[in-house]
Amino acid sequence: MGVLVFVENVEDELAAQALTFARGIGDGAVAPVTISGDYAPAAWGQTLADIATERSLDAVVAAGTERGNEVLAHAAAILDQPFSANTTAFTPGSPPTVTRVRWGGSLLEEAVLHASTPLMTVAPHAVVPDGNPVAAETVAPSHHALAVAPTKRVGATSTDVSLQDAPVVVSGGRGVGSAEGFAIIEELAGLLGGAVGCSRAVTSAGWRPHTDQVGQTGTKVAPDLYIACGISGATQHMAGCKGAKKLLAINADGEASIFAHADYGVIGDLHEILPAIAAEIRKPRGA
Amino acid sequence: MNVLVCVKRVPLTGGRITLTDDQRALSTKHLGFTVSPHEECAVEEAVQIIEREGGTVTVLTLGPSEAEEQLRDMMAIGADRAIHLVSDEEWDAQGTAAAIVAAIQGDETAHELILFGNESADAGNYQVAIRVAHALQRPVITGVKALAFDLDPAHPRAICEQEVAGGRDVYEVPLPAVVAVKEGINLPRYPSVPGRLRATRKPVDASSPPRPAAQLEMVRLVLPPDSGKQVQVLGRGPEAAPAVVEILGELGVL
Amino acid sequence: MSSPSASLPASQSIVIIGAGIVGNSLAYHLTRLGQRDITLIDKGPLPNPGGSTGHASNFIFPVDHSKEMTQLTLESMRQYKELGVFIESGGIEVARGEARMQELQRRVSSAISWGIEPVSIISPQEVRELVPYIDERLIVGGFYTPGAGVVDSLRAATIMRERAQQAGLTVAANTEVLGLDVEGGRIRRVRTTRGDIEAERVVIACGCWSPKLARMAGASIPLTPAVHQMIDIGPVPRFADAKGMIEYPIIRDVDTNMYERQEGTGLEIGSYAHRPIMMDAEEIPSIEESALSPTELPFTQGDFDPQMEIALELMPEIVGDESVGVKYAINGLLSVTYDGLPLLGETPEVRGLWSAAAIWIKEGPGAGKTVAELMVHGESEIDVYESNIARAYPSMKTRRHVQARAGEGFNKMYGIVHPAEQWESDRGVRLPPFHERERALGAVFYEAAGWERPVWYEANAGLLDEYGDRIARREAEWEARWWSPIINAEHLAMRDRAAIVDLTAFAIFDVSGPAALDTVQRLAMRQMDVPVGRVVYTPILTPGGTFKQDLTIMRMAEDRFRVVTGGAYGMSDLKWFRDHLPQDGSAQVHDQTSAWTTLGLWGPRARDVLASVARGDVSHDGFPFAHWRSLEIGPLEVLASRISYVGDLGWELYVPMEQGARLWDLLWEAGEPHGMIAAGSGVYGTTGRLEKGYRAYGAELDGEYNVVEAGMAWGSVKAEDFVGKPAHVAHREEDPAARMCTLTVEDHTSSSGVKRYMLGKEPILTRDGRPITDRRGRRSYVTSAGSAPSLGRYLLMSYLPPEHARIGEELLVQYMGERYPVTVRSIDATSLFDPDNSRIRR
Repeated sequence: MGVLVFVENVEDELAAQALTFARGIGDGAVAPVTISGDYAPAAWGQTLADIATERSLDAVVAAGTERGNEVLAHAAAILDQPFSANTTAFTPGSPPTVTRVRWGGSLLEEAVLHASTPLMTVAPHAVVPDGNPVAAETVAPSHHALAVAPTKRVGATSTDVSLQDAPVVVSGGRGVGSAEGFAIIEELAGLLGGAVGCSRAVTSAGWRPHTDQVGQTGTKVAPDLYIACGISGATQHMAGCKGAKKLLAINADGEASIFAHADYGVIGDLHEILPAIAAEIRKPRGA
Repeated sequence: MNVLVCVKRVPLTGGRITLTDDQRALSTKHLGFTVSPHEECAVEEAVQIIEREGGTVTVLTLGPSEAEEQLRDMMAIGADRAIHLVSDEEWDAQGTAAAIVAAIQGDETAHELILFGNESADAGNYQVAIRVAHALQRPVITGVKALAFDLDPAHPRAICEQEVAGGRDVYEVPLPAVVAVKEGINLPRYPSVPGRLRATRKPVDASSPPRPAAQLEMVRLVLPPDSGKQVQVLGRGPEAAPAVVEILGELGVL
Repeated sequence: MSSPSASLPASQSIVIIGAGIVGNSLAYHLTRLGQRDITLIDKGPLPNPGGSTGHASNFIFPVDHSKEMTQLTLESMRQYKELGVFIESGGIEVARGEARMQELQRRVSSAISWGIEPVSIISPQEVRELVPYIDERLIVGGFYTPGAGVVDSLRAATIMRERAQQAGLTVAANTEVLGLDVEGGRIRRVRTTRGDIEAERVVIACGCWSPKLARMAGASIPLTPAVHQMIDIGPVPRFADAKGMIEYPIIRDVDTNMYERQEGTGLEIGSYAHRPIMMDAEEIPSIEESALSPTELPFTQGDFDPQMEIALELMPEIVGDESVGVKYAINGLLSVTYDGLPLLGETPEVRGLWSAAAIWIKEGPGAGKTVAELMVHGESEIDVYESNIARAYPSMKTRRHVQARAGEGFNKMYGIVHPAEQWESDRGVRLPPFHERERALGAVFYEAAGWERPVWYEANAGLLDEYGDRIARREAEWEARWWSPIINAEHLAMRDRAAIVDLTAFAIFDVSGPAALDTVQRLAMRQMDVPVGRVVYTPILTPGGTFKQDLTIMRMAEDRFRVVTGGAYGMSDLKWFRDHLPQDGSAQVHDQTSAWTTLGLWGPRARDVLASVARGDVSHDGFPFAHWRSLEIGPLEVLASRISYVGDLGWELYVPMEQGARLWDLLWEAGEPHGMIAAGSGVYGTTGRLEKGYRAYGAELDGEYNVVEAGMAWGSVKAEDFVGKPAHVAHREEDPAARMCTLTVEDHTSSSGVKRYMLGKEPILTRDGRPITDRRGRRSYVTSAGSAPSLGRYLLMSYLPPEHARIGEELLVQYMGERYPVTVRSIDATSLFDPDNSRIRR
C-alpha cells in the first residue's frame, strides 16, 4: 500500500510538492525513490513499473518536470495504465477524478481516471509543500531492452545569463517591430543583469533565435521580474512566464490582455519608454 | 528514409480562451486551426531529412474530418501523403497511441523514423510518442532539439540532442526509432503557392478507427480562476520612467 | 483595466465613434472647419484599433463609372498626397478577352468624363514592359492609369488625428461604447466603458461594426461585414533590391476578380472571386478573442485554391517560385452595402446620429471631409446624394436584403456591369397593385426603388410591325442588352394614341399644418402660395443654389400640400422636408408612399379615354394644365393631376393602393376603343422625356449644377425666402459656366460598320478631339442618352460651356474607343419635339 514517488532531486522544491501531493492520495503512505546511474528514461520507467508491481503500490507520482513526465510516460506504457501529466488536484473515489493542466496552464481539465495503478505528475507550483523533509530510497535501475542513455553532454553555447535562471527577463513581442528594435531590449536587460526573451511571433519573424522564446513551446521562465514589451499576452506566451514573481507590461494598447496578467503597467510606445527607463537607471542616485 | 510524422489539429488561440456551452471544448467560432508548434517543426525536420537523404514523408493525424486542412498544410510544406484517422470524439493518450500503432502496422510503407511533437499544444499529455514506441518496440527520444543521422547500412543510427539544464544530452539510437522534437529544432518554412496547389492533389488515406473507452476520461474543461491581479498603471509614455525605476528599486532588481 | 488617463469629457458637441481612416479624417476636417468639443472614441488601441483600415490593401485606382465615387476618390488622393503618404505606382487593369477590352474602353471614356488623365489602352507587350513578371500571353491588353498608387492609410489616419488634437480634439482609445441614449428622437448620450458623454451629435464611423452601433440607438446602418481574401507571398528574389514599398504598377486581373501587387519584397494577391462570406456585426470577435485582429479572420484555404492557380498562371516567375512562401493569409473583413455605395449623413431614424460608414480606403479622407461639410454647412463640395444614408426604404435595410445584394455585388466588384444591369437576388419585394395585369402583358420588370416596374411589355411586340422602319434596331449586343425596340414602338403608339404608365414607384408625402405653406415655400424655388387645386413643378435647391431635387407639389388645401417625387431618392427628399419643419410643430410631414398608387395616362386620345369613364369636366378649360381635380371613375374617387413628363396631353391618376387594380381595369376597358396601350418606363424615363428635353434628377440635375445652368430659371424669383435663394439670385446675375444642351448624333457607324448607341456618361469632345472643360473645371459628358422615336433621331444631353453651347455647334462624343459626330440642337429647355408644347396644352 502507498504511493510510489519518483524523486529526481531531493533538493528540488518540486520534489517536495510531488511528495505532498502523493500524501494526499489514499492513506498518506509514500515511497519516495531516486534511481541511481545515468539518466535512461525507458529503464527508469521500467524501474518504477517493477517497484509499483512488486510492492503493490496504489499509484505512481512524480514532479511535472521534463524528466518526471518522460519517466512516468514510460512506466505508464509498460504498465498499460493511464497517466495524468501535470496534475493539479486528485479527488479519491471510484473511479477517482483529477484536475490537470491543458494549454500550458491556460485551461484546466477535469477527468476521470479509470486505472488500477494511476500515474500522475504534479504540475509545478500546484501544491504548497507540507514541510516534511524530502528523503528518498535510492534504487538501481531495471533493465529495459530499448533503454537509451545519453552518450555525452555538450555544454550550453551561450555565455550570457541563461533565460531560465535570470533574475530579470526583458522580453519583446511583435510590438518591437524589427530585429533591430531589440537593441533597446538588450540594453535594458544588460543594465538589469537580466536575459532577453521574446514571443513566438518574434521567432517566427526571424528577429530572434528560438532559444530566446518564452512560451508554451519555448522556455518557461520564473524570474523575480518579467518585463513584457510590446507583447499582447497571448495564452501561448503567458504559459511561459506565469512563473514570474512580478510582471511589468509595457504596451501601446492599454487593453492588451497582457495587462490582465501584469502587476505593473506602462501604456505607450516602447521605443520611447525603454530608452527613458534606461536613462533613468543611469542617472546618479540619491542626488 | 521513410519518415512518418504525427500531428494534431489545434485551434490558434488569441488572447482569451472561451469554452463551448457544454464546457468540453474551446469555442473556436472565430479561430483558425493549426498543428501544434512542435509538430510543425517535426514535419519541417522530416522534409529536410528526405531532401538530404531521399525517401518519403507521411503525415498522420487522428482528428475530425476538418483536420484534413492541417494534413494539406503539412503536405504543402513537403509531406508526400497523409493518413487521416477520422474521429470527432475526444481520445485519451492510450487510445490515440493504439490507433497510431495500428495505422503504422497497417501501412504498406515501413517508416524508419516516426516523429512526434514533444507534447500537443492543447492536451499536453507528454506520452503518446512513448506509448507508440513501446508498442512498436522501438527506442524513443523526447525533447529533441537537434537531429542527425549516421546511415551506415549495417547500423543506421539517429543522433539526437536533448536540451537539459546546462547543456544538451546527446543520444545515439538505432533506427528504426521514435523521436519527439521540440520547437527550435528548425524554423519551419512557409508553404509556396505551388506547394499549396500540389497539396490539394496529394493522397489522403482516410479511415475511421473505433475509439476504445477512455482510461483518462475528460469530463469538462475549466478556465483557471482569474489571477485577480489588479494592474498598477505607472503612467503613460516616457514620463513613466521614474516610476518604473522606483519599482525596480523596490523589487531589488536594480 | 482601469484607465490611466483623465476621465472623458462630461459633454461634447460631437462624439465620433471609430478611429479608422474615416473617423480620423472626419475629426480632422471638423476641427479644420472650426468645430470644437469633439471626442474621438475607439474600443481598440491606436494607431491600429483593429478595423479594416489596419489590414486594407491600400491601393487606389481612381477611375470608376460613378461620378460621385470618382470625386470622393480624387479628393481622397489629393489629401493622401498632401499628407505625404501616397506612392504613385501606376495601375493596370488587364483584359483576358474582347468583352473586357470593350469595358476598358468604357473606362477610358469615364476617365475623360471625370477628368482623370493620362490613361491609355496598352498592348500585352506594353503591360509586360511595365510589369516584367506577368505572362502577357494570357491577356489581350490593359487599361493603364499611371496615377494609380498605394497609400499608408494608418499613417494618414494618425497624421490627421494629431492635427485634430492640436486643434483640441480629445482622443479616447481603448474605450468601448456600451450604449447610445436617445431622447425624444434625438441622440443624447454615449455610454462607454470609461463613463458617459453627453453629446449633441454622434457620428458612427465604425466600418463593419457600424450596424451594431446604430442598433444601440434604434437606427439602421444597412451594411454587412464581408470577407475579402488576401495573401502575401515572399521574399521574391526579383524584389530583393526593392527600395520602396511599391515600384511596379498594381495589376488588377479583373476578369478573374483578382489583384496582384508588389509590396516591398513581397507580392500581395487579393480576390473578390470566392463565394460571398458574410456575417453580422455582432458576430465579429472581440480584440481579445482574435488571433490577429477582429477583422483579420482565419484564412479559409479551400476558398482561395482556384485563385492561387490563376495567380500562378499569370505570374509564374514569382508565384511559381518554390522558395517564395505564403507568409500571411487572411479573410479580411470589409463593409459592403446593398447597392455598393457608402452610407453617409444623418440617420433618418435619430436626429443628431450620423453615419460615415461603408467607406473604403480610396474614399476615406474624401468622405471624412464631405461628412464634415454636411455637418457644418448642410451641404458638401462633393454632392453625395447617391450615398445619402436616408435613401434606403425599410425593406432595403433588412438583413436579408443587405446580405443578398451584398453577396451578389461582391462578385461584381471587378465585373463588367452594364449601366442598366438588374439585380437578380431578393426581387419582388414591392409590387404595384397592377402587377398581375402587367405580367399578363409580358412586362419586363426592372427594379425601381425596390418596386418591380415594367420597362416594356412583350405584348406590344406587334407594334414593331406597325411602325416598321421608324424604329431603329440596335446592332451591337452591348446596347441591345437590357433594352428592346418595343420601347420605341410603345413611344410612338403613345404619341399617336394613348398609353397608361405605372407610376407606383413615386414617393409621396404630405406637408400639413398651420405652417405648411411656410414650410414648402422655404424649400421650393417656385411660388407655392397658389390656389388650392394647383400643381407646381419646382426645383428644390441646396443652400448653394444647386439641385437637391426637382419635384411636383400639389396644393391640397390651405394648410396641406402633397409632394410627389421620384422613388429613387424619395426617402432622402422626405428627410430633407422633415429636417426643415418648424421647431414648434406647426407643420408635419406624413409619408403617403405606400398609401397611394399612380397611373399615368397620356397621348392625344387620353382625354377621350378619361372622358369615357370619368364623372367630371376633363375639358381643357374645365381642367387646365398644372391643376389637380377629384374625379369619379366608376366607384373610385381619383385624384387626377394634369401634368406630363412625356410631353403629351394627360394626367397622373392617384388612387388608394388597394384600388389600383380596379383603376387599371376601368382604364384598360375604356382605352381599348382608342387603341390605348400600356407603356413602360422606357418611354416615361427616357424616350418621352428626352424628346421633350426634360431633365432628370441624378442625370442632368445634381448638386454640381445650378438652376441657370440647367436652363430652368424661367420666370422671376419669388419674393419669399427659400433655401438657396441668395445663391440662385447670384447665379442669375452671372454668365453660366455651362448650359444644358440637347445634341443629336449625326452618324452612328463605327469603324467596323456597326451602328453604335451611347448609353450615358461618355465624354463630349471638340471636333479636334480635345475634352471640354468649363471654367469651374467640370468636364462635358453625356448626362442622358436615348432615342427620340418621333424625331427619328438619337439624342444626347450634356452641359457645355458657353463657347460650345451654340445651336449648330459640331462636336464629338467618344464611345467604346471611337468618336462620333454630334451637333448641338438646343441650348435651353426648348424641346426638339413639339417645341411650343401644343400637345400638352390643348
